[in-house]
Amino acid sequence: MKWQTLDTKKGTRCRVLEGGSGAPVVFFHSAGGLLADNPFLDRLAQHYHVFAPEWPGYGESTGEELLEDMLDFALHGWDLVDALALRRPHLIGHSMGGMIAAEMACLAPRDLDRLALVAAAGVWLPDHPIPDIFAMLPQEIAEVLFVDPARGGALLTGGADLADIEALKDFYIVTQRRLAMAGKILFPIPNRRLSKRLYRLTAETLVLWGAADRLIAPAYAAAWKALIPAARVQTIEGAGHMLPYEQPDAFVDALVRFLG
Amino acid sequence: MKFTWFNLMPWPYLPDDFRETHRSVWVDIPNTLYDPRKGHHVYHTYLDQLEYAETLGFDGIGCNEHHQNGYGLMPSPNLIAATLARRTSRAAICVIGNSIAGYNPPIRVAEEFAMLDVMSGGRLVAGFPVGTSMDTNFCYGQIPALTRDKYREAHEMIMKAWASDEPFAFDGKYNQLRWVNCWPKPIQKPHPPIYIPGGGSIETWDFCLDHDYNYSYLSFYGYLRGKSLLDGYWERVAKRGKDDSPYRAAFAQIICVADTDAEAEQLYAEHCLYFFNRCLHVFPPFADPPGYRTMATVKYGALSQLTRARQKILENLTWKQLVDERFVIAGSPETVRQQLEECIKGLRIGHLFCLLHNGNMPDWKTRHSSKLFAEKVMPHLRNLWPDYKHDERWWVHPMDDRIRPEEQRPGAPKERAEWPR
Repeated sequence: MKWQTLDTKKGTRCRVLEGGSGAPVVFFHSAGGLLADNPFLDRLAQHYHVFAPEWPGYGESTGEELLEDMLDFALHGWDLVDALALRRPHLIGHSMGGMIAAEMACLAPRDLDRLALVAAAGVWLPDHPIPDIFAMLPQEIAEVLFVDPARGGALLTGGADLADIEALKDFYIVTQRRLAMAGKILFPIPNRRLSKRLYRLTAETLVLWGAADRLIAPAYAAAWKALIPAARVQTIEGAGHMLPYEQPDAFVDALVRFLG
Repeated sequence: MKFTWFNLMPWPYLPDDFRETHRSVWVDIPNTLYDPRKGHHVYHTYLDQLEYAETLGFDGIGCNEHHQNGYGLMPSPNLIAATLARRTSRAAICVIGNSIAGYNPPIRVAEEFAMLDVMSGGRLVAGFPVGTSMDTNFCYGQIPALTRDKYREAHEMIMKAWASDEPFAFDGKYNQLRWVNCWPKPIQKPHPPIYIPGGGSIETWDFCLDHDYNYSYLSFYGYLRGKSLLDGYWERVAKRGKDDSPYRAAFAQIICVADTDAEAEQLYAEHCLYFFNRCLHVFPPFADPPGYRTMATVKYGALSQLTRARQKILENLTWKQLVDERFVIAGSPETVRQQLEECIKGLRIGHLFCLLHNGNMPDWKTRHSSKLFAEKVMPHLRNLWPDYKHDERWWVHPMDDRIRPEEQRPGAPKERAEWPR
């Protein structure tokens, strides 16, 4: 896969990882951004024409000051689809990306083909409060994101040695920038009343969840199914919140079965 | 020089093993540690101290706003200021201040500050902090990356409300009011003196200079560490072509006065250590959520935050370290006078917020220290800025024929011995 950079009409400049051929699929990343290695995207690109944009505030994408609330975020998603000149793509969203993709599908239900929500944020169940990722030490974040926190921590930092003060500083600055952006739709509670609008989501939807998700509990999968008219649920064993990175094969298999 | 007696109002009953058994004094501290019956005595003790400070001749008495914490018991500083407005008549009432990004709608601050200015006869100093991230983001739910923008808008609404003689519509990004019409309006014109508590960001310096507001650096780490920051501020003042009146700046300093240096340690060490070890014990992520500081500030100060230097400083603190590094200015009146002169001249400040109550210090010690300060230190520091003797731009302008309700009551508030058990 290779990177390209494009400008949206609103004025953001976004980097997009692109590869493969076939039906267009857009993947929206989580609040943590695309990691250094994203093997699940390579595997997905063996079946589809895959586009994975970096959100403003992440990596080399800029213009984060132009996006302030949920509507801005969702319209930015459609602006990207327009800038890529895609027609009725499948949308896949992971965590925060799922929240955005679901909102996009409510706004313009006829403009997408199928939708996959992967451990999606955006709904709040009082009986299953989501841990506050904005009030965590780095090691605590790895513990809620991954089944295997030690391996997950290494994935998050891209293998950088955080004992090295310069590497630590860089990691800190990058993380601050990303989560400052994510906070606009996730802080203090990741619920921007999407549930009021989900009746509009008519696309065939797959709700995918890691069975051992410690951030957004698997109980949320059932909540999404109940809120979306045409949704089915699939749970994947041996995965936590970072399911695409933890079980890339099972993840891609499930998507291929669903998207065809 | 102007001296303001400031009480942070800490909860004095945090257990000895608080640091080891709790991760934070703020945000998620168990509220079972608070005892409202003891709280009754604590509030009255602290309020009496503020009134007592006026009788000692302090120019101002001060309070501030914090939420869900054992560090400072004033979720609503305006309630504190309201009682002081009725019980004092001379000192400035310094509310430093209301964290305006958290008020919905912010016209509430314009109204309450106007009430306080009217009730006190024009003695209000109005502070507009962004608020700590613990308060503004974690306790009051404001989105970190938008907090400063919301602050900017709230400031605009408040100042416009005070300035306007006609109702107007305010179409803000965060607040829409079709009818803004501040009733009552403040006595002080065009508005009460405005103080902006800040850390080290250039944006805050420029904000103060754009509007000619006082810049208040509220640190607990003393004037030696505060120097580089204030130097930066004064460089900015010069660069902007503003005059260098020391009254443009204020600084907070912990101060303990006794008859001798040795007695200062004996009387105050445990209470200052209580403050540093327990009242400042904040879980680091609560103090630094992504987006709260601008990216420019994050890049500038990344390493100090990262190594959690501040938390490290607090581990294994000794009295000697507190005094040697001037986190605390403590000792005989002569020792305190010398060090404060160095502090005031070194930082070039016209306003000193005197933190004379610290941690779990009992009333009698607080009064002892305050009285010695007022009688044996303050008079010698009064005239450190003779060239600016008549510069009243950053101080209150009370009305002459104001009512003095406290004079109708006999006697000053009585001193208390120890905290009730």
